[in-house]
Amino acid sequence: MILLRTVNLRKQFGETRACDGLDFVVNKGEFLSLVGSNGAGKTTLVNLISAHLQPDSGQILLEDRDITFSTVAQRIKAGIARSFQIVNLFDGLSVFDNVALSVFSREGKTVKMTRLADHDQDVRRETLELLDQFGLASKAAALAGGIAQGERKLLDVAVAYALRPRLLFLDEPTSGVSTHEKAQIMDTVSSVVRGGMVTAVVIEHDMDVVFRYSDRIVMMHEGSFLADGTPDEIRANKDVASILLGAPLTV
Amino acid sequence: MTTEGQLLPQRSLLNVVAAAVPVLLVLLLVPRFVETYQLQLVIYGLITAIAALGFNLLLGYTGLLSFGHSAYFGVGAYSVAFVVEHLGPHSMEFYLLVGIPIVAITSALFGYICVRHTRIFFGILTLAISQVIYSLVLKLYWVTGGSDGLRVPRPALLLGLFSFSGPQGFQLFVRSYYYYVLGIFVICVILMWMIVHSPFGKALQGIRDNEVRARFLGLRIRRFRWSSFLVSGTFTGVAGILWVPLNGLTTPDVLYWTFSGEIVFTALLGGFRNFTGPIVGGIVFTYLKTYAVASTEYWQLLLGVVLVTLVLVLPTGIVGAISRAGQRLREWSAAR
Repeated sequence: MILLRTVNLRKQFGETRACDGLDFVVNKGEFLSLVGSNGAGKTTLVNLISAHLQPDSGQILLEDRDITFSTVAQRIKAGIARSFQIVNLFDGLSVFDNVALSVFSREGKTVKMTRLADHDQDVRRETLELLDQFGLASKAAALAGGIAQGERKLLDVAVAYALRPRLLFLDEPTSGVSTHEKAQIMDTVSSVVRGGMVTAVVIEHDMDVVFRYSDRIVMMHEGSFLADGTPDEIRANKDVASILLGAPLTV
Repeated sequence: MTTEGQLLPQRSLLNVVAAAVPVLLVLLLVPRFVETYQLQLVIYGLITAIAALGFNLLLGYTGLLSFGHSAYFGVGAYSVAFVVEHLGPHSMEFYLLVGIPIVAITSALFGYICVRHTRIFFGILTLAISQVIYSLVLKLYWVTGGSDGLRVPRPALLLGLFSFSGPQGFQLFVRSYYYYVLGIFVICVILMWMIVHSPFGKALQGIRDNEVRARFLGLRIRRFRWSSFLVSGTFTGVAGILWVPLNGLTTPDVLYWTFSGEIVFTALLGGFRNFTGPIVGGIVFTYLKTYAVASTEYWQLLLGVVLVTLVLVLPTGIVGAISRAGQRLREWSAAR
């Protein structure tokens, strides 16, 4: 069952074709990894689908509904959320408030001026539950600007996840942390996402992580798709190996 | 609920009330111990505090530096003067009733224009608009009295229950007006406290910290900034409304950009990162300015030196410095 589909999606920056007529498909419920070297167009694709950028041409369909020209807010309502490659948090707010703000926004409660945020028991309960799921409950009262990098990466995902999307894009959720932490973060993220039956598209560079957690892997190169398949199929694909190793593989 | 969740202090109203009550008691007792002149200064301090509190919703909580808040203070003051000129009843409640909608509409209008930009462009826009108002008031002298301004006689308070004439009228007025302003000050503080701790206030702070991420939570950034501007301008306008009966006169000075600068100064002095910063700043600034003006011809130089020192030594203002010192003290005593 297809959740999201792009048709001939194009985006060009000067001479560079970041997305060169992409027909991208995301199936409902899968954990999809988007891989490829720097500048392959992965982030551009996510930016186009999340309305951070407008495409030059092409279509984006969410369950056959055309969302090509809808705004960020409309796409969030339709169920598309994302996290960012470089951690993007509200550093002056507590960890709790970062997630709570997401919940308030989703519930349309941010217009309320004369009610105390902390006194909304439903939001409080849900926020604490979310923090618990992401292993951040002990940091609830800390400022988001003051916690460790690995925790910030998790919080970034938690803020996006709190919007309860159907389709969640995670742009390098493990960049900038140690190998040991990578596994911890991915364990947490994949168990929460799978547990919540959320479809996820993850941009990732670490191939160990990719092979271990993905249902399907899509590989990009210079704005096009180079390969698409299960981890086993990708592992067996010679083109992929040559791109990853930077030289043709002759065995 | 998880055990970890309990580490998170639920901001209890009781704690806040416990901290506020002693301060309020002191403020209630002030008139017993000070003369009329001193009491006048405290009133001016409270009024400046209301203006700065409004201003700081934009600076401290929304991340927008307005250099034109004199416009809303001035519009508040002039709207009262117009009420006196054209509508008649010398009643403070009437002034507020007419003045508040006027400042709210003005703030909404100007805010709509200003929030199309951020950072320096926002600041310049607010400054430019306030200067337009200033020039208009100065030039349309047949309506506004030009540089002479407009006189505002002492109003009756509480629906005419208290009116002040006769030889002791002024002293009595100041004594009563103190409680009146204090009442409105308390209402303003409670309202503003609610606003910054509401989901709306959290959204403003989110937008302040990270506009892109806020947009990707589905928040409509410009609308929030506009609402914040509207509330901010209205609070500052209320300060203008309260100020003019005590001053007895409004002149274009309160619309001039240097007055906007004083509001910015006030917030910085107290500390714009703390809720109570602008309040403390309002009181301290009023005293600072009064004594600077009284003691030297070069009072602006004195204020300038204070401002430079402040930015270099106490970037978080008085309240920021005190709260940091308090934290150090707690850590120190915990370590022992």
